[in-house]
Amino acid sequence: MKEPLWKRLPAGSVILEAGSAAKFKTGSWRSMRPKWIEENCIQCLFCWIYCPDMSVTVKDGKRGEFNFDYCKGCGICALECPGKKGNKAIVMEEEGK
Amino acid sequence: MGKIVAVTGNEAVAEALRQINPDVCAAYPITPATDLMQRFASFISDGKVDTEMVLVESEHSAMSACIGASAAGGRVATATSSQGLALMWEMLFIAAGDRLPIVMPVVNRALSAPLNIHGDHSDSMGARDSGWIQLYSETAQEAYDNAVQAFRIAEHLDIRLPAMVCMDGFIVSHSIERVEYIEDADVKNFVGEYKQVNPLLDLDNPKSYGPLILTDRYHEYKRAQHEVMTKVKNVVLEVAADFEKMTGRKYGLFETYRLDDAEIAIVILNSAAGTTKDTIDEYRDKGIKAGLLKPRMFRPFPYEEIAEALKHLKAIAVLDRADSFGGYGPLFSEICGAVMSIDKKPAVINKIYGLGGRDYLPDQAEKVLDELTGIANTGKVNIIKEYIGVRE
Repeated sequence: MKEPLWKRLPAGSVILEAGSAAKFKTGSWRSMRPKWIEENCIQCLFCWIYCPDMSVTVKDGKRGEFNFDYCKGCGICALECPGKKGNKAIVMEEEGK
Repeated sequence: MGKIVAVTGNEAVAEALRQINPDVCAAYPITPATDLMQRFASFISDGKVDTEMVLVESEHSAMSACIGASAAGGRVATATSSQGLALMWEMLFIAAGDRLPIVMPVVNRALSAPLNIHGDHSDSMGARDSGWIQLYSETAQEAYDNAVQAFRIAEHLDIRLPAMVCMDGFIVSHSIERVEYIEDADVKNFVGEYKQVNPLLDLDNPKSYGPLILTDRYHEYKRAQHEVMTKVKNVVLEVAADFEKMTGRKYGLFETYRLDDAEIAIVILNSAAGTTKDTIDEYRDKGIKAGLLKPRMFRPFPYEEIAEALKHLKAIAVLDRADSFGGYGPLFSEICGAVMSIDKKPAVINKIYGLGGRDYLPDQAEKVLDELTGIANTGKVNIIKEYIGVRE
């Protein structure tokens, strides 16, 4: 018979595996969704700096699409986005629309 | 054979800490524990120990730093009293939940308001549900011996829980008594090398302490914590047996005094047990079969063993040096819990005594024993909970 769960837990709720927070996908919490408008993007990477969940993927110094596994839709990126000539490169849209 | 000295309780426990030489100590001064840490800090400044002393801005920070140091992989100690312990409160549960074997002498003192610096057990009783092991000490000798044993108990690999060593503020902490010290080498050998478990400073194996665990597993972690507490009793007895081999001084889960053939008994913690024993001797001389039970281990509480020791009695008075306002005294509740399993239950009454350092004098013990004699004869209890030693 398998040991009960409480006997298999590491003592003191210590997590023995590094980086395990990546397994916790918080994208399902989202009610608002950021939309990236590439033509208005100046690649300042403010969105990457401000994102609390590392949901802005960056390759070779340039941002690409959002990682929606972790984006909670907080809207900080859209708020901070300077855009180009007054046009935002990130706008928030209602999820499911 | 160790050295025999005349020292205060604080001095004796500071000496135990010197002999154990913890890796880290984070502390904040509070009467009457100040003097204990001040003496230990002198050992650090004089190069007698290698301990890293972290001076913090509050007891909340002291316990937080102890938790960090213990999780990092160090042997950790601190000391406190009263408001200081109260301020540590939320961190106490974290130390226990994270299974960090921090050892903390608690110099028992009343809680405000009104402000009072003298000895009662309100502070450590308020922390009884925090998951810490609690040992109580009647004398400076017991405080010293309990401090040495506490490290072995707390750090035992089957246990890994923090432990408090309680002694009465001023009555023991500041009174000079005869104490027999153990040789430095023997203490070192007794407590042994500190064994790290999941140290944060093991950078090759990164890990996290203190995660968020919600409805899916929190209950299971608490179930596991409960299980660990059930193992403490045997470790306390095993450590006590080794301690007796080394020193000749015998410790158990509790002490009994003239209890085996007694009909009435007083159950009492810490220093007031001494006065009670003297009074019991006088009553024995008068032919009254009185005895005493003094719990040493209050958490975990040894219900079954205490029930076995009390089952033949007719009447018991539990004397509490702390009140649970609107409830019975904390020790009384535990003794009632123990007595519950006895078929022919003794009558049990509760007296609240000695709050804020009010002297507990033989006449108080006499009145209690007289009342118990009456209850034993008639089987009739008039008042269950009552304050004694109250000024007219």
